[in-house]
Amino acid sequence: MAFEVPNMLFALPEMLMLAMCCIVLLVVAFTGNRQINLVHALSQLSLLITFLTVFWMMGEGGLTFSETYIKDPLSDILKLAICLVNMLVLSYSYSYLQARKLLQGEFYVLALFATLGMLVMVSAHHFLTLYLGLELMSLCLYAMVAMQRDSFAATEAGMKYFILGALASGMLLYGMSIIYGVTGELGIQAIAVALDTEELNQTVLSLGIVFLVIGIGFKFGAVPFHMWLPDVYQGAPTAITLFVASAPKIAAFALLIRILTEGMGDMLSVWRDMLIMLAVLSIILGNLLAIAQSNLKRMLAYSTISHVGFLLLGVLAGTQAGYAAALFYTLVYALMTLGSFGMILLLSREGFEAEEIEDFKGLGQRHPWHALMMLLLMFSMAGIPPLAGFYAKLGVIKSVVDVNLLAVAIVAVVMSVIGAYYYLRVVKVMFFDTATDKPHIAATTSMQYLLSGNVLAVLLLGLFPGSLFALCSRIFS
Amino acid sequence: MMDFPLLSVLILLPIIGGGLLLLCKQNHVLARQLALVLSVTTMLLSVLLYIGFDVTSHQMQFVERLSWIATFNIEYYLGIDGFSMPLMILTTISTVLVVIAGWQVIQDRAAQYMAAFLIMEGLMLGVFAALDAILFYLFFEAMLIPLFLVIGIWGGPNRVYATIKFFLYTFFGSVFLLIALLYLQFQAGSFSILDFHDVSLTLTQQIWIFLAFLIAFAVKIPMWPVHTWLPDAHVEAPTGGSVILAAITLKIGGYGLLRFALPITPDASMTLDWLVIGLSLIAIVYIGFVALAQSDLKKLIAYSSIAHMGFVTLGLFIVFRIVANDAITLGVGNGEVLAIEGAMVQMISHGFIAAAMFLSVGVLYDRMHTREISAYGGVGNSMPKFTALAVFFAMANAGLPGTSGFVGEFMVILAAFQANFWYAFLAATTLILGAAYTLWMVKRVFFGEIANDEVAKLQDINSREMLLLASLAVIVLVIGIWPDPLLNVMHASVDNLLLQITQSKL
Repeated sequence: MAFEVPNMLFALPEMLMLAMCCIVLLVVAFTGNRQINLVHALSQLSLLITFLTVFWMMGEGGLTFSETYIKDPLSDILKLAICLVNMLVLSYSYSYLQARKLLQGEFYVLALFATLGMLVMVSAHHFLTLYLGLELMSLCLYAMVAMQRDSFAATEAGMKYFILGALASGMLLYGMSIIYGVTGELGIQAIAVALDTEELNQTVLSLGIVFLVIGIGFKFGAVPFHMWLPDVYQGAPTAITLFVASAPKIAAFALLIRILTEGMGDMLSVWRDMLIMLAVLSIILGNLLAIAQSNLKRMLAYSTISHVGFLLLGVLAGTQAGYAAALFYTLVYALMTLGSFGMILLLSREGFEAEEIEDFKGLGQRHPWHALMMLLLMFSMAGIPPLAGFYAKLGVIKSVVDVNLLAVAIVAVVMSVIGAYYYLRVVKVMFFDTATDKPHIAATTSMQYLLSGNVLAVLLLGLFPGSLFALCSRIFS
Repeated sequence: MMDFPLLSVLILLPIIGGGLLLLCKQNHVLARQLALVLSVTTMLLSVLLYIGFDVTSHQMQFVERLSWIATFNIEYYLGIDGFSMPLMILTTISTVLVVIAGWQVIQDRAAQYMAAFLIMEGLMLGVFAALDAILFYLFFEAMLIPLFLVIGIWGGPNRVYATIKFFLYTFFGSVFLLIALLYLQFQAGSFSILDFHDVSLTLTQQIWIFLAFLIAFAVKIPMWPVHTWLPDAHVEAPTGGSVILAAITLKIGGYGLLRFALPITPDASMTLDWLVIGLSLIAIVYIGFVALAQSDLKKLIAYSSIAHMGFVTLGLFIVFRIVANDAITLGVGNGEVLAIEGAMVQMISHGFIAAAMFLSVGVLYDRMHTREISAYGGVGNSMPKFTALAVFFAMANAGLPGTSGFVGEFMVILAAFQANFWYAFLAATTLILGAAYTLWMVKRVFFGEIANDEVAKLQDINSREMLLLASLAVIVLVIGIWPDPLLNVMHASVDNLLLQITQSKL
């Protein structure tokens, strides 16, 4: 076999990201926390450079590094989204972290390495590269969650996240090894070919898929593998919650698509039933448990679980349109999560975490504009038109109806009515209750503008979802 | 056809204007004036619909069609026919009334109040004009947001409970509509409602789709037994909210049945007509008795609304019985046309009368801050002008000949005779029951001795209130005496609908 020079260009964004990670690491190592603004700017710059590189290189693609790495339209769009989301996350977090003395070099280094992990995950086309990216991301996230060392809740959350995350990685790895045992392959494409052409032991294959699905379910936080999610969301400092809740879900979507649909596409009938269970349970339990919460972060955690359920609906439909709808859902979800946790960050200030639902009391009187933004986010999450969340739900439910899984669709919509209740409660607290707190915003003006832009994007996507839908469906055709 | 996108302008003008009003923030005077200008402009523009409408055609008119979400074949597709046009004019007139009614009464966050109603107006016009199923659903749902806020922010003491109940009830109904629409798209290959009309479906499919439609629209109308949100919402809503609820949101339910259930699932509608007829008769008779027992003015009118909407659903579904009877006797009756046109007239007429009734209660409430009937008595002595108008509206509500309330009910009852004597008999009891609860209320509130000092001190209506009520009185009287201008625009559409529902899809 002749030695083939890999096409390094396909991995250029990751290489640049790695280089920037190292630069930031060095700067932090030499300046400590004295030049934190420089570190912040450098981190944003590295994300921007990566974003621009991905954007500039869009189009041409293919497999490289002995078929372990892929550059395709899906990886392009997901990388763009990850960079953009993380840029926003860093901007939103600045004042919050500063007020809590968490604005340290470690945060930026970990965030950048986590981003690198996500980028690798998105482009991985081989079980080993996938695992590599996943672990790089996860280990950074564990450390970030526990960064607030003197907070009991944060360390507990970090511990829980680490143990359950490690368990999930173990499951995933076990599943991969079983698949390897049956097919003799680790590359996604090679596995797909093997499944297509060879007579394989279906029972063992199914067993492997069970473990893969469990691993993916853990990473997404789908019921019954959701236990870590509310504790981590609530326990971690809000800025970290924002980081954990947004971009990693986009990377997890890549994991799901690469393994199940690109690798195991032929085994649709096996994993569809498992995903139906996960999706339906997530939608039911997530929505029901969210009702009982008084902590907004915990409520959003349960709402995330239900969103994950909806996202899985698109994938389990097993059609190109379904995958496209799930991609749309993932992107819209990231945007809405950014907005809603961003709103908590916006309202919190030194010595005050605006994380209880009660803390939003009378926001409509105190800050009418921000209250309006939060209202739009809540209605979008509840799936009321004309907001982006509605089209996300419409897309996935349509794809389920199109494959005649009507019962699943009915469960999903009925539960979304129940879901509407707790989103409405936030709106109720903001607009129908009288304020007890005085108007006070500690966040920077630039963050307020960014957040408003973020929410208006949700509204704009609701009015004109056509182009994003078209983009998503082009990727899967 | 005109090239000017009149429907889009009608929908967007109030929505964008409402958005601008939000910027007025504290400047209440400017906000009110701007709201009035916008709502009157919209109303005048909607009159152009009537003028430019071709009454001889059942085709959709003023059509606008653009691609919107190409991936799913969802279009921005607007158009109106003889059913939607009168309802749109009803909407624009009601909004003007609401703006004037809130002129002095609403002092807290007036700009937002006006903005909410203007945005709602645009969305409701969108509901009536949409010919794409998803576009319809979008307006249908989006409308809930401003109404939710209006009841929740400007409502009475128990407003939070009422508004959340209202939202969840209607949202629950409409998600089934969404599933049905998606399923129909799967069958028809497009989201155009007109394509849905032509898609062929088996009886089982039709029955499921019909039930989904029925749940969605029965909650809106509301039909017994899913009506319980309405009295709560009405009682807690500010006057403007009650007017819009009674005058328009309830009509969206009836309109939905006309636009979706009857033409898309005619066979299921025929198979299950007993269900709807039964529920309608229960609404008419049982809810009539319930209204009799109310001690709260707004609750009484709310229940009377449910009873009146029973006529709408009755009219829409006795058609199938009349068609069946005609087939047996080989007679060519006009009962079908009477029934559907009666239902339509009833919707429009109830829109105006209920608006007038709620405005009248608003007049009393603004002065006395109570809606308990027992707190009043002898109002006629201190407010003679108001009493004259209010008694007139009460009579119209009871179906006095010469008012619009009579026309619709009479047409439906006449048609019901061609379906089944007992339907007509039960429906006709409303003439007694309606008169009973309305007149008894009138007696207790307006007539007799002055009940207490507060009633004695009441100021009669000012010119603003006079303008509101008098203009409504004129409309109610005109439709009552000369309903032809209203009936003419719908003849062609009714004939077309009858053609659609009498042709089996099986």
